[in-house]
Amino acid sequence: MASAILDGLVRALGLILSADPILVEITARSLAISGLATLAASLWSIPLGALIGLGRFRGRLFLRGVFNALLGIPTVTLGLVLYLLISKSGPLGFLHLLYTPTAIILGQAVLVTPILVSFIASSLEAVDPDVRNLALTLGSSESEAALAVLNESLEGALLAVTAGFNRALAELGIALMVGGNIRGVTRMLTTYIALETNRGEVALGIAFAVVLLTIVGAVNLSVNFLQRRLLR
Amino acid sequence: MNRNTTIIVAAAIVSALALGGIYILWPKANAGDTTLVVSTTTSLYDTGILDQIEEVFEAEHDIDLYFISVGTGLAITHAQRGDADMILVHAPSQELSFLENGYGANRKIVAYNFFSIVGPEGDPAGIADMAPNDALARLVEKGRAEEAIWVSRGDDSGTHTKEKALWGMAGFDVSALRDEDWYREAGSGMGTTLKIAEEVDAYTLTDMGTYLKYYTDGLISLEVQVGAGEELLNVYSALAINPVYNEDANLDDATTFMEFLASSEGQSIFETYGVDTYGTALFNPAVELLRSDPSSTIAQWIAGAAFFDGSECPEEYRVGDTELYS
Repeated sequence: MASAILDGLVRALGLILSADPILVEITARSLAISGLATLAASLWSIPLGALIGLGRFRGRLFLRGVFNALLGIPTVTLGLVLYLLISKSGPLGFLHLLYTPTAIILGQAVLVTPILVSFIASSLEAVDPDVRNLALTLGSSESEAALAVLNESLEGALLAVTAGFNRALAELGIALMVGGNIRGVTRMLTTYIALETNRGEVALGIAFAVVLLTIVGAVNLSVNFLQRRLLR
Repeated sequence: MNRNTTIIVAAAIVSALALGGIYILWPKANAGDTTLVVSTTTSLYDTGILDQIEEVFEAEHDIDLYFISVGTGLAITHAQRGDADMILVHAPSQELSFLENGYGANRKIVAYNFFSIVGPEGDPAGIADMAPNDALARLVEKGRAEEAIWVSRGDDSGTHTKEKALWGMAGFDVSALRDEDWYREAGSGMGTTLKIAEEVDAYTLTDMGTYLKYYTDGLISLEVQVGAGEELLNVYSALAINPVYNEDANLDDATTFMEFLASSEGQSIFETYGVDTYGTALFNPAVELLRSDPSSTIAQWIAGAAFFDGSECPEEYRVGDTELYS
């Protein structure tokens, strides 16, 4: 078995160096789908996270608790619920979304929403309240003060988006249930790893896992880099 | 880095994603093709034979095959919910209720092979070459004496359905066996189940395709203990969706694809697939055998295990204009 892992590493290197067409295709699709999912989720999650993190309204803590709890939702469950919704006999069946990349994007966007909301809310709460007070004392309006707090928590927001993207890229349940792992259409890194592993192509499974980890590593490194430059 | 650079970087990432998205979501060049969604069993898909069938078929037809690989149980659920145009499965009892409940039509038996009972090298329970019923009885005896372990798929797949039928034929009640210590349920696909059996030196029922792949690659050392016989027959069938039940299902293309599978070209893929890699074919073509030599032993076995009212597809379940049964 240890030799299979070594085989996988060697094979991963070979696949990457030779720009294997299947590897390139599947990686590009995974990046685009998970990237768009994270982007879409950011559109509603950042405002929502800001609202929960900065707002002072009834039920705020309850809402926060709900999003925290949703962090633990199994992707297979989310995939199953989405499947039942967009299946031809489901309430959204008329949209014909099943087995399309769009379905995976929607599913992953839902999946990473709690991550984004919770992380952003936390990072806003962690900002020293003096920042807001100072801004208000200096004559800022309420919304300008909020902006100052947002600015201070940029690091947290960046971490939230990165974590969300990593989660989307690495999840399997949704891609399998609503994407179907169709060759050339909805086959992603994780579904391909699962397929080849089931087929007994262990080395190939490891090789693609190495690629997945490399991407996640590279994304995190560049975000770190960006962050450091940004916060100078 | 100042604010402007940040904005430029952010804009670049967003536009790269948008472009990538458009590329991914844009209809492909062969958009004029119709798509045929085939829900199929993992044991068939994992062998890789459907990739080859897809390649040959798509080169000749303007039809995009979408294979969704799930267990037989889920494949049938997909079809019932209208999410598949066709199923390719190996559980005759489930196929019959699929037809009887009005979901399916035009069933065609396309291939067969044999399940095997595999077990540790040296065969500690001593079941080699016994008849399946006797072998299972021996395993129960040895299991209760803590000298053997059985690993079941436990996932309502076609293989699991077969396993339960085999226990029944041998005179045991699976729902009672489940509670015994030596009977373990993997709840997983065939590959995982084989690896579990390998780890704990257990016996299990497997399809030949997955077993040969794992064995040849050195992932398992389990050996075939009981490998042939009428009881272990494994019959693969294709079924279309009954248009009365779901008029949106793509019956035309399903018929075209089923006729291809039953044609001499499609059948020859079943006959040869795996010979280069494993030295033996993983499947046997069934169409010609059933047509021209129905009195042969194997044809009789197939008829016994997978015919309904003496036919692979009784008249009342046939729809449309098809050459499948001529």
